[in-house]
Amino acid sequence: MELITRGAVITEPGNAVENKTGSWRVFKPVINYEKCIRCMICWQYCPEPAILKLEDEKTKKETPAAKDALKKLPVVQIDYDYCKGCGICANECPVKAIDFVMEER
Amino acid sequence: MYEVRFHGRGGQGAVTAANILAIAAVKQGFYSQSFPYFGVERRGAPVQAFTRIDDKRIDLRMNVYEPDAVVVLDPTLMSVIDVTQGLKEGGIIIINTAKKPEELGFSGYKVATVNATEIAIEHRLGSQAAPIVNTAILGAYSKAVGNVKIEHVLEAIRENAPAKKEENAKAAEAAYEKTVLGW
Amino acid sequence: MKAMIRGNESIAYAFKLARVQVVPAYPITPSTLVPEKISEFIANGEMKAEFVPVESEHSAISAAIGASARGVRVGTATASQGLALMHEVLFIASGMRLPIVMGIGNRALSAPINIWCDHQDSMSQRDTGWMQFYGENNQEGLDLGIMAFKIAEDKRVLLPAMVGLDAFVLTHTVEPVDMPEQSEVDDFLGEFKPNYVTLDPNKPATLGSFGFPEHYTEFRFAQWVAMEQAKKVIDEVFEEFEKKFGRKYRKVMPEHTEDADIIFVTMGSMSGTMREYIKKLRAQGKKVGMVKITVFRPFPKEELIEALQNAKVVAVVERNISMGFAGAVYGELAATFANKSKKPKFVDFIVGLGGRDITFNTLESVYKVAEKALTQDVDDVNWIDVNKEAVYKSEGLQ
Repeated sequence: MELITRGAVITEPGNAVENKTGSWRVFKPVINYEKCIRCMICWQYCPEPAILKLEDEKTKKETPAAKDALKKLPVVQIDYDYCKGCGICANECPVKAIDFVMEER
Repeated sequence: MYEVRFHGRGGQGAVTAANILAIAAVKQGFYSQSFPYFGVERRGAPVQAFTRIDDKRIDLRMNVYEPDAVVVLDPTLMSVIDVTQGLKEGGIIIINTAKKPEELGFSGYKVATVNATEIAIEHRLGSQAAPIVNTAILGAYSKAVGNVKIEHVLEAIRENAPAKKEENAKAAEAAYEKTVLGW
Repeated sequence: MKAMIRGNESIAYAFKLARVQVVPAYPITPSTLVPEKISEFIANGEMKAEFVPVESEHSAISAAIGASARGVRVGTATASQGLALMHEVLFIASGMRLPIVMGIGNRALSAPINIWCDHQDSMSQRDTGWMQFYGENNQEGLDLGIMAFKIAEDKRVLLPAMVGLDAFVLTHTVEPVDMPEQSEVDDFLGEFKPNYVTLDPNKPATLGSFGFPEHYTEFRFAQWVAMEQAKKVIDEVFEEFEKKFGRKYRKVMPEHTEDADIIFVTMGSMSGTMREYIKKLRAQGKKVGMVKITVFRPFPKEELIEALQNAKVVAVVERNISMGFAGAVYGELAATFANKSKKPKFVDFIVGLGGRDITFNTLESVYKVAEKALTQDVDDVNWIDVNKEAVYKSEGLQ
């Protein structure tokens, strides 16, 4: 604790990102893109939120998908720096495309 | 005075393990004290709890900085924090892992391992995804450290486990038998 | 019977053994387990009491006043901001002479937000007319909790009482406690006999009335007299307790003071660590002792003079600070000796605020300054374990 501010003011906005809550995780979600239908339900349900929505054309095309037609849609990706491993995404996925596995560190 | 530090994750029962060890120690005629690391509780975040055991009344109120033994409930913690911090030279480390003590690469300490996760699942403690290993690991503690006898640990578990008292006691007993001592 | 319980549970058990009839409470860290445990006792049929869930601490103490005015035994518990929120109502409880007992999980105040231990919360309520007891361990929490009712309800006193236990260091620590039998406590406390007037529709009376300038001072003086009387009552109750239960309590507890050049004054859980530290110093031949203050209100002036007058240096070690002056205990002790011709040198040490651990290193820093004070002048107020450079920098000082 080298830096003290008057009144304990935190002057740097958004520095909660430095607290990488991924270390709290015991089990981690793994997306199976061959099954994923890019419905975004996991993205909506993630309470952290630690599921990223990737919308660039290259990622949309190059990421495997259940059907080619789905490649027009955004791709979801787990942000393991912050995912706490709650498992809600795996539970909510309508096509069981998210495995919830014990993490090896 | 014998000081023990428990490492677990919020929700895994490290605090309950420290409490039950303290209760077992008193059953054996010792004085004891157990307390959590005074943090803000968050499920999954690394947490610590402590037990002090002595043959006279314990007046000391500061945190444990140089434990005689550490108990690791969750092996994944070892990549996040240094579980040996402050551990006395030649101190005992008890780890819940499927690995053998010599595979873990510690030096200067006595290492004991037990697959408490597997034992907990066998005894239907917690769920497959989140097994409750805090009672099984106490069986391993008793085997590895020896200052609190297994019968007192089992009695303390039967009286204080919040649920499945008999299964928890059986798990501790099984862990006592299966603990691998690396010395 | 030995029970393995947390400090919070020792307060809950004290209430249960005292057969408290009404518990209005609002949860707050670190004392939440007190109302939780009492709710459990009531739900299990182990305790016959009414638990009143309220919407704030202000309401909790207000409901406690209502229940106590009706003539039943009342207990509650809180900490920190919760106690601060009760502030204005605390004066009403003492002014109405209601013997309510309240457990305090001694915790720091915001800002910055902090849930950990210091004594700022209850020390800031020292002028509210409540008696104040501080426990060193969970056994003391239980015993003082029981005795507080007997003292508060004594007809010579009729004042409310707080029993403080250090946040987490005691409230959340499990340790063995001798649990008295219900029959022994019944015998010790006797059946609760309420004040001469209670809220009773059959005997209408006005409680909490107006006090004009013609009378107000007399009511305040009456509280002063009751507080003075409490000193004697506390001694009697402590002695009766010792005879019955074998555990000795005194308003102040001196240890190794007879030949001590330096005496440390402590309160609460730090006393245990201090005791161990003094063993180390004594082993090195240092003439040091300690005095633990168990009763802070009424302030035990006479006993403190007796215990401290022969020391050369009195090192007051405390977990509170009155900004712009010093710690509260230091101020009161120095004033206690103000008119004495023979007095030690008093040095104040501010330690363990907001849960900062009080370790042997902390106490060694205290000792070094106290030892220096034997032969030379030192600062009146010494902040220990503080990163002063970081603070001076933020305040624009070099």
